[in-house]
Amino acid sequence: MTTTAAGRTHALVIRLPEGVDFSLPLAGPMTRFLARTVDFCVEIALMVTIGKFVAFLQVLSRDVGLAALVLLYFLVPIAYGIGCEWWMRGQTLGKRMLRLRVMDAGGLRLRFSQVVMRNLLRPVDSLPAFYLLGGAACLISRRCQRLGDLAAGTIVVRMEKFEDADLSRLGSEFKFNTLREQPVLAARLRQAIGPAEANAALLALLRREQLEPKARLDVFSALASHFRSLVKFPEEVTADLSDEALVRNVVDVVFQTKRAVT
Amino acid sequence: MILDLERFTAVSRPHWDELEMWLDGLEQNPDRGFSDLAGAQRFYYLYERAASDLARLATFSAEPELRRRLETLVGRAYAELHSARESGDSRWKPLAWLLGTFPQTFRKHLRAFWLVIAITLVGCLFGAYAVAHDAEAKEVILPFGHLFGSPNDRVAKEESRTPRELDGGKSSFSAQLMANNIRVSINALALGLTWGIGTIVVLFYNGVILGAIVFDYLQAGEGVFLAGWLLPHGSIEIPAILLAGQAGLVLARAVIGWGERVSLARRLRAIVPDLATLIGGVAVMLVWAGIIEAFFSQYHAPILPYAVKITFGVIELGLLIAWLGYCGREAAGKAAP
Repeated sequence: MTTTAAGRTHALVIRLPEGVDFSLPLAGPMTRFLARTVDFCVEIALMVTIGKFVAFLQVLSRDVGLAALVLLYFLVPIAYGIGCEWWMRGQTLGKRMLRLRVMDAGGLRLRFSQVVMRNLLRPVDSLPAFYLLGGAACLISRRCQRLGDLAAGTIVVRMEKFEDADLSRLGSEFKFNTLREQPVLAARLRQAIGPAEANAALLALLRREQLEPKARLDVFSALASHFRSLVKFPEEVTADLSDEALVRNVVDVVFQTKRAVT
Repeated sequence: MILDLERFTAVSRPHWDELEMWLDGLEQNPDRGFSDLAGAQRFYYLYERAASDLARLATFSAEPELRRRLETLVGRAYAELHSARESGDSRWKPLAWLLGTFPQTFRKHLRAFWLVIAITLVGCLFGAYAVAHDAEAKEVILPFGHLFGSPNDRVAKEESRTPRELDGGKSSFSAQLMANNIRVSINALALGLTWGIGTIVVLFYNGVILGAIVFDYLQAGEGVFLAGWLLPHGSIEIPAILLAGQAGLVLARAVIGWGERVSLARRLRAIVPDLATLIGGVAVMLVWAGIIEAFFSQYHAPILPYAVKITFGVIELGLLIAWLGYCGREAAGKAAP
């Protein structure tokens, strides 16, 4: 497997020996700082909660209770990060909330030693305050790694959430769609139209009532021309279709099939 | 090109589901591995098939969910197949780690340890020189107020204390010592990232403190008290800090990469398990040292004769040398080709 970090997109492209490559979106310093802030709050909450139980020990022996508190305040911040990332497969509560995950930089399984190292090296990353050094390292690093990540050979990736397009918001206009009867054409459309283009067409349909009549005509004319330039439509299929109807049918084909298969 | 995506998905989905089931099982129980060759072959077939499906699906850019699912599956399967795993039972065994892995790792980086000793000794000499030539140096160098005064006064005070005076604070004192020393050790390791400069500063400063104290007490003729006070816990605590420094220098060497032609990432990847082992062993040593310092070292003659304390410290040091120097040699010899 070879890995390359794509410059501005902050994505780690992984190429398998099988010749397949795919990308992992890397988490930026700000998202990671927010996750760390959440984790810090969790650590404080843990220390306060466990501290209340430990305080009972002071009833038996003030000395033992105090010792337990000292160890608690020392161990919780270290054990929380290591324990969570190991048992929750690269996630802490903060990372899970912000949909982040720690991964091995080479795409391999995260090792315990890596989890230990990246957490023990936090003191250096947090210098001089508020993770400034770690943040700067993140900005400079090609893989958006803080120093602890660099030493441990780990990266933090965003777990993207893909939601199905909600076509029900478009009403019941998709009852009749001549493109559905053209499987070859539908397959070509799905192949040629990228996610960004498909989403732009969907958004245009969802907001069509908010557009001025002329703007509405212009928008759908541009979209229809673009789709026509990507795929050659048979005359008989599009003869009686307006630009807006064509865009609507194309969106239906692209998203409807996707819903059917996922 | 896939003309009929629905059909393609319908045919492939059972294989993806099967691969996912395998992966869930392997990830939930990483020690399980593959029960037989047929199972491993089946898993490999499913992985290859999913990778091939992913390649075919790459032309369908309007299918991000499906593609993402396959990417995740292939990535997870790749990690399972290619992550190095020891043969046999790979569960962590504390005793084997403590008596085998840890001392072996220490010996593996022995040169870094000798360098740590040298840096600390230079610090000791500097501390001793400073105290010998400047009476006010003690207050600048030493971190604890109770060491500022005359050693003779302190010895007299310590020897006049009753056992009852020492009760009531030993556990919390022990915990504070453990926490503080482990924190210092982690810093010594972590500062290896600064090309070792931070680690060297920590080690040198520790040496300066040690040298200043030792010289001050020897000059005052309190050598026996010093040995009885320091040896029981210091025979473990000081080597533990040195080992943390050793880990820091190992990290520094990987960062600098003298004479190595591999990338920084690969150099670091190679030493991460060793660093985790070293710092884990250091933590164990410092827990022991903290207990001894709080519950044993603070008692002086006539409560606890110095001969007993010194003998205890020397035995500890001997056992430590045996542990780090000889434990795990047999296992390492067998493992070598």
